[in-house]
Amino acid sequence: MNILILTIIVLFSLSSYYFGRSEARKLITTNKIRLNALPSYYGYYLAVWCGLPALIILSLWSLFEPTIIKILILNNFSNVESKDLFYEQTLSFFNGNFTGEITNDIKIAAERYTSLNNIAYNSKIALLASVLVFSTSYAFKKVKSNNKARDDVELILKGLLFVSSLMAILTTLGIILSLLFESLKFFSTINLFDFIFGTSWSPQRAFVRDASTITPEEYLELKDAFGSVPLFAGTAFIAFIAMCVAVPIGLFSGIYLAEYASTKVRKYSKPIIEILAGIPTVVYGFFAALTVGPFFRSIGESLGLTVSSESALAAGLIMGIMIIPYISSLSDDVINSVPQSLRDGSYAVGATKSETIKKVIIPAALPGIIGSILLAVSRAIGETMIVVMAAGLAANLTINPLESTTTITTQIVMILVGDQEFDSPKTQAAFALGLTLFVATLFLNYIALRVVKKYREKYE
Amino acid sequence: MELKNSNIKIKSKNLNVYYGNKQALHNINLEINNKEVTALIGPSGCGKSTFIRCINRMNDTIDICRVDGSIEIDGKEVNDKNVDVVTLREKIGMVFQKPNPFPKSIYDNIAYGPTIHGIGEKKDEMDKIVETSLKKAALWDEVKDRLNEPGTGLSGGQQQRLCIARALSVNPEVILMDEPCSALDPIATAKIEELIDDLKKSYTIVIVTHSMAQAVRVSQKTGFFHLGKIIEVDTTEKIFKNPANKMTQDYITGRFG
Ligand SMILES: Nc1ncnc2c1ncn2[C@@H]1O[C@H](COP(=O)(O)OP(=O)(O)OP(=O)(O)O)[C@@H](O)[C@H]1O
Ligand SMILES: [Mg+2]
Repeated sequence: MNILILTIIVLFSLSSYYFGRSEARKLITTNKIRLNALPSYYGYYLAVWCGLPALIILSLWSLFEPTIIKILILNNFSNVESKDLFYEQTLSFFNGNFTGEITNDIKIAAERYTSLNNIAYNSKIALLASVLVFSTSYAFKKVKSNNKARDDVELILKGLLFVSSLMAILTTLGIILSLLFESLKFFSTINLFDFIFGTSWSPQRAFVRDASTITPEEYLELKDAFGSVPLFAGTAFIAFIAMCVAVPIGLFSGIYLAEYASTKVRKYSKPIIEILAGIPTVVYGFFAALTVGPFFRSIGESLGLTVSSESALAAGLIMGIMIIPYISSLSDDVINSVPQSLRDGSYAVGATKSETIKKVIIPAALPGIIGSILLAVSRAIGETMIVVMAAGLAANLTINPLESTTTITTQIVMILVGDQEFDSPKTQAAFALGLTLFVATLFLNYIALRVVKKYREKYE
Repeated sequence: MELKNSNIKIKSKNLNVYYGNKQALHNINLEINNKEVTALIGPSGCGKSTFIRCINRMNDTIDICRVDGSIEIDGKEVNDKNVDVVTLREKIGMVFQKPNPFPKSIYDNIAYGPTIHGIGEKKDEMDKIVETSLKKAALWDEVKDRLNEPGTGLSGGQQQRLCIARALSVNPEVILMDEPCSALDPIATAKIEELIDDLKKSYTIVIVTHSMAQAVRVSQKTGFFHLGKIIEVDTTEKIFKNPANKMTQDYITGRFG
């Protein structure tokens, strides 16, 4: 029903745009007045005034209507046991898909719900219609006397843009806050210190428990389920392997593309490399798990090594390949933006191409290159799918690349798949992990920005 | 006759240059005297830069550029396949229109060339090279206390002198200057001109300029280019007092260009 109302409002405001515009034009041609703004501004002005108030009221109404109706209904049934359950039952009875025992109360509540709904609907229509009429007539009156349609439209646009950015900021803030609150709950059960420095991670051992009743002995056991060191170590380790693959290959191919490749080669090979970034990570994941992992294992076996089929090496290697285009493409761009005059200056004193690249171009492009590498690092840290599929789930604290390891993101996935009690420490641990990951990435970005800025200052 | 010939440092014969299918220089024949300043003038796009870039084979770095004909330095062919461009460019320094110091310290800007050619491997040798180059470029007094600061932090005029010092650091015999003063104010320009006057005692200098007055002030010989052809070459005095060609006359009096 709301869709219909919405359509009507939009159509209304659209037609008032055309109306406003043509009226303004008429004013110009027949009365020979020079208006303060282009005719279309009067159109926009009218459209905004006709549409916006009604839209705001409609959305506010839709936001609060269900809650208000619920309160009104439940007021009459103060004697039922679980109000929420009762209300759920009423709603499903109203919708005709209630399967349990139908009590008298439910019937009465459903009737009341029907009538309230009708009242709400009628009054909504009435309110919206009057708002439309009122705001439209107000706008029409304003347009005749008010010449400043352009300023008002600019103001409204500014407001709209402001609201959009406010929404983005608030969403981010909301996510951070919810991370923070859930993590705080977790840290009220598990000591922050034990979480950060604990070396054993096995959340499946954590039984659901009311935090207030945990005895000290039980806590000792519980804290061993939530030591995050193996996860951070695993994350850093796999990211390190990935960077060992991606940085040299990415940087060298970036240099090749920017300095050596002919325009034709560059034109075709750059998009081809960039395809690597477009392959879904799941595909990389099963490639790593089904091809590369077993391949390493059979090589290892023939050398007499024990290689688990899920290994940090396989995951890191594939992740590195995935990241190559981030580095190559960005460093290619950065190198390309080094001014030609620097190259000329270097060639003119007799430097060869590789000397020029090594001593002039790379240093000049370094801030950008560092930037691209750090971007790649945070991409590697946040990567989940490849690790889930190829590195395993066992939280081993190891630096042997042939063993299986696990990462923060993988464990978050493991904790949250399947049904979870929202209040168990295990679920909250996911938030704590998310928060630490967030803080770590933030820190990384901060360092990156500092490095780049310092470098800039030095050479500008 | 013998004496006059031995004074020629650079000699181009039937030099043609093409960018792709477009011919930029037609049959250039030009002689540049040793330890003298030769000015190249002519309207924009006539091929002055293209010509001086042939002398140190900088056009090699442009994919679509093709050079044929001959350029000799001290009687040796430059365009020969066997010529090592690294040693060629060691012998021929170049200064560009816009100052282009490397994003390195002042010291490292100068040390760059010698390091590449394996000169001055000891620290005190390099210090000496840096000092003499900066002194020759008349920049030493202004920067001697801040050799470790970035070269890009100098003023435009200082940057250009830094680039001249950089060109001098490998002890070239020839210095090519492509409108070295076009980005500078009159005072910085005067300084560079003074410097050029000084440098011509030990170096052969070819300078491209759009300023007639500058050509008169600094050069002994002037070549006038037009549409990729050389119209007239003579002593600077003759070109500016009594040019043989009507076009030269028109150009230097500002009637076209
Ligand atoms: N890299 C290049 N690619 C293609 N054409 C070029 C290139 N460089 C120069 N040209 C062409 O060659 C001709 C001569 O250019 P050149 O730069 O030598 O002129 P110029 O006399 O130095 O001009 P200016 O006084 O403006 O510097 C011009 O027509 C120019 O368009
Ligand atoms: Mg030029």
